[in-house]
Amino acid sequence: MSIDKDKIKHVSKLARISVDERKIDDLTKDLSSIFKFIEQLNELNTDKVEPLSSILNEPLRYRKDEINDGKIRDKILENSPKKNEEFFVVPKVIE
Amino acid sequence: MADLTKKSLTEIVSLIKKKEIKSEEVTNLFIKNIENDKKLNSFITNSNEHAVKKAKNFDKNPKFDTLLPGIPIAVKDLFCTKGVKTTAGSKMLDNFIPNYESTITKNLWNEGAFLLGKLNCDEYAMGSSNETSFFGNVMNPVAENTVPGGSSGGSASALAADLTPTTIGTDTGGSIRQPASFTGTVGLKPTYGLCSRWGIVAFASSLDQAGPMTKTVEDCALMLEAMAGFDEKDSTSINKKKENYSKNLTSNIKGLKIGIPKEYRVDGMPKEIDKLWENGKKILKESGAEIIDISLPNTKYALPTYYIVAPAEASSNLARYDGVKYGFRSNKGTNLIEMYENTRSEGFGDEVKRRILIGTYVLSSGYYDAYYIKAQKVRQLIKSDFDESFKKVDAILTPSTPSAAFKIGEKKNDPISMYLNDIFTVPVNLAGIPAISIPAGTDNNNYPLGLQLIGKTLDEQKLLNIAFATEKKINFKQNLNRWWEK
Repeated sequence: MSIDKDKIKHVSKLARISVDERKIDDLTKDLSSIFKFIEQLNELNTDKVEPLSSILNEPLRYRKDEINDGKIRDKILENSPKKNEEFFVVPKVIE
Repeated sequence: MADLTKKSLTEIVSLIKKKEIKSEEVTNLFIKNIENDKKLNSFITNSNEHAVKKAKNFDKNPKFDTLLPGIPIAVKDLFCTKGVKTTAGSKMLDNFIPNYESTITKNLWNEGAFLLGKLNCDEYAMGSSNETSFFGNVMNPVAENTVPGGSSGGSASALAADLTPTTIGTDTGGSIRQPASFTGTVGLKPTYGLCSRWGIVAFASSLDQAGPMTKTVEDCALMLEAMAGFDEKDSTSINKKKENYSKNLTSNIKGLKIGIPKEYRVDGMPKEIDKLWENGKKILKESGAEIIDISLPNTKYALPTYYIVAPAEASSNLARYDGVKYGFRSNKGTNLIEMYENTRSEGFGDEVKRRILIGTYVLSSGYYDAYYIKAQKVRQLIKSDFDESFKKVDAILTPSTPSAAFKIGEKKNDPISMYLNDIFTVPVNLAGIPAISIPAGTDNNNYPLGLQLIGKTLDEQKLLNIAFATEKKINFKQNLNRWWEK
């Protein structure tokens, strides 16, 4: 799989990261060499191998489904870059 | 007691318990070293006043029946500390003050320790040289302009320079063991699930694990004992009885079987590393262990697998940084989408962006099976290699890194050569098993090199015992001329 500028632009859109036009050539070069490195895996036949998604022997635990908001709403809001009373403020979404 | 800051954590704890020294004296001596440091850049945030206050409180009302009575500890700035800025080495979190304490740091404070400061690290723990931090490079006390390794580079540097008696790091692909190796210190990556991940800024959740970084193996056992334990707030935390690693530490390793994997001998590895490895085998044999040649055939695929799995998880984890709820927000852009895109473009550094893009790509529609599922399958093979080997051996001995510390800037423009630093450490994270790096000697520049011991799941005690026996016989001593104070 070769990485070109268009792919980088597409992926950066998906990742919500704007990419500086001046840096896009370097980024293409770096990602191409990384993908070449990653694609060594294609040498291996893994048809009969189950994918490993968790290294724990036990299944994940569930916690009790209880409401616990920590009662720290105001403290949480303190870290917000922009707020209005008890709301996070973002640029206008609906006209 | 001029050299107190050079002493091991275990010695300092013992002096405090014997009432030969007060916590405040200990704390002030470390603060003096921190203030004398002009060049290492290992701290992002100093907590000197907080530490002195805590030390005074301890001395007024001392409790000696804890593991870390009156001990000041600086920690990697990836652990959330209540009321103290936690940056993860990123501009994105330059103004972030958590309202909660990570479980690991809380465990340390419950054992009598208190915060001395927050230590520099690669941005979001992504890096092997501490050159990706928004807060600048960290230097290795071993030599000026040399990297301390990464991502827990500030932790390793501060520890080796006697700016903190012990510290903690996180290890996703080698971020504890590689900097430990580069700075002549001890670093342990525990079994996945032994130490709670709650309150640690997430990088790759199926690989991340916190662990101790210390001057000696004995200190490492003590710290692990304080850190480890079940935490219901981490859904992958293992529910098991606490172990007394320090009390049960022994250098009697007679009859244990140690595996030597042939795949860890790589091209271009300095001769000194081979020599240290041979020496390690000799020492273990002398201690009564049996050396057995083994094979971990899929070793060469570990790093490519890692560079799919880790960025994929990072891409998901770091989606939360959107400039809305906390952290940095760009003031450029006219609508919500542009605000997201500019925030993430300006807030993240180049390496973090690179990894998010790789991760987003391998998870994107049409590529998911070819990359992500493929990597999960190879991960299974890598784990099976270890499972098979551990039917024959108790532990595995390898070098920790393929080279000693390098110069700042030397590998910065070549991501692959940077990634290759972690070639011996990454397989362990993929398999979820524990491993420890201990200082074993030096290269021809007199820079430290480490040996790595890899153990079975939850077999930390045996691993520590083997490391303890090896450390005794290697008797590594480091004489630093404290150039950073001039």
